[in-house]
Amino acid sequence: MKQSAFTLERVRPLSVDTVELRFSGDTSDITAPGQFVNLALPGRFLRRPVSVCDWTPGELTLLVRIAGAGTRELADSPPGTAFDVLSGLGNGFTLSGIAPEDVILAGGGIGIAPLYGLAKALSRRGIRPVAALGFRSRADVFYLDEFRAVCDTVLVATEDENGLVTDILRQHPSRRYVYCCGPLPMLRAVYELPHLTGGQYSFEARMGCGFGACMGCSMPFRGGWRRICTDGPVFAREEIVWET
Amino acid sequence: MGDVNLSVTLAGVALKNPVIPASGTFGYGREYAALYDLNILGAFSWKGTTARPRDGNPPPRIAETPAGMLNAIGLQNPGIDAVIREEVPNIARIFDGPVIANVGGFTVEEYAENCRKLDAVEQCKILEINISCPNVHAGGRNFGTDAKAAAEVTAAVRRVTRKPVFMKLTPNVSDITEIARACADAGADGLCLINTLLGMRIDLKTRRPVLANRTGGLSGPAIFPVALRMVWDVYEAVRLPIIGCGGVASAEDVAEMMLAGASAVEIGAANLRDPYLCKRIVEELPDVCRRLGVENIAGLTGAAHE
Repeated sequence: MKQSAFTLERVRPLSVDTVELRFSGDTSDITAPGQFVNLALPGRFLRRPVSVCDWTPGELTLLVRIAGAGTRELADSPPGTAFDVLSGLGNGFTLSGIAPEDVILAGGGIGIAPLYGLAKALSRRGIRPVAALGFRSRADVFYLDEFRAVCDTVLVATEDENGLVTDILRQHPSRRYVYCCGPLPMLRAVYELPHLTGGQYSFEARMGCGFGACMGCSMPFRGGWRRICTDGPVFAREEIVWET
Repeated sequence: MGDVNLSVTLAGVALKNPVIPASGTFGYGREYAALYDLNILGAFSWKGTTARPRDGNPPPRIAETPAGMLNAIGLQNPGIDAVIREEVPNIARIFDGPVIANVGGFTVEEYAENCRKLDAVEQCKILEINISCPNVHAGGRNFGTDAKAAAEVTAAVRRVTRKPVFMKLTPNVSDITEIARACADAGADGLCLINTLLGMRIDLKTRRPVLANRTGGLSGPAIFPVALRMVWDVYEAVRLPIIGCGGVASAEDVAEMMLAGASAVEIGAANLRDPYLCKRIVEELPDVCRRLGVENIAGLTGAAHE
């Protein structure tokens, strides 16, 4: 983990409530797709944990859904604004030990953000993955061109047109290993698909600190309660239990 | 003016400076030891520890507030035996100074049993008895809001340990000095105040409380003036050393808390926003003292009352 200043360079609206934010700063502590940063906003006490969408040395890309006043202020910040950022948080996705022909990426809404970084990392290893991306409606769809540039196939599900991400996954039963990120009900629906035999699931939670100190984001997993921020946010299928 | 002396004492325990990360925001030191050398700290207060391991409350456990936050963790901890077995040896590796052992409990006997076990732990120099967690419910009994119950816990732990016993008080009472006096009369060596203020938030979209526990403890800069006023009142009411706690977020806040009557100061929620804050406060304190014309920081304690 590193605390440093990141400067907002560019804000690009992606949909009615989603923006892409590009920052310059020290990304040296970011080591895996699926990690997150924790961004301090002026006048707001808690930091905002945000998944890393993409990073290069010196540049960080985040996708942010405007969910409240804090994220609204962030999205409205002018280029040149500096933010206090804790970077390199969480474990991230594991890329090794997977069979490329088994893999599918499944993202819901803003949860597609870390899957972009993952798809890019996989494509650098010669694996161009299949991605299934779900959105509420056609108007909410974003980042398709970016995904198409690093994926073999990008499949889109919108609730107002053709259903859910789980419907797409069912149509591809040979893809038995899922990298999944989205809201909790989606994670669970994907997890419960009978043809999936393995996978990694990225969880989100309200966090107090983001670095393991406050126990604010703990949830039950196999073998006990774990912290989303430091034991996750990515958990292997085998670690997950669902409270009924 | 030369070097500033930052050392303070708490019931005979020497601290190289008055800066103490507060219980519940610092775990057992591991996460922060990865960030900086903890030996810059005066002490640290570990996560409230109970007899049995606890998972805590269901999520969500965290909500933001103006100038602060609510938490409803519910004393998630591995239990006293695991802490003594696994955390204490690790603490010895990462920190040379005095550790304040924060002790939770659900019965008078549990508090006493935990303290009996900790009496043998050399590095724990002070026992901080948490009778004030707003997020757990001891079978309807709230030790921190009832003077008689607070005195009963104090006396019970006092009997089983040679270590200084500091009672951590809740602000969720009509007169905190009444609880403070009861603890003092029952043999407390010091007091720590305040714990969090009971609060809540409601999600406008779901029309439900944000926290699964419905209510949580308010901390952060929002509560600093409340904490300061209570430290002031308790300093006037009892002759015991006070650890001031609540909303402290800067070296200036530390000085202000000491002027109100604190001998040392705990820093809690602010660590979560800024993990390096305690280190920075220790580094800034000499300058703050120089600006105030103070050579010995201990001289600030209660000075606003003169």
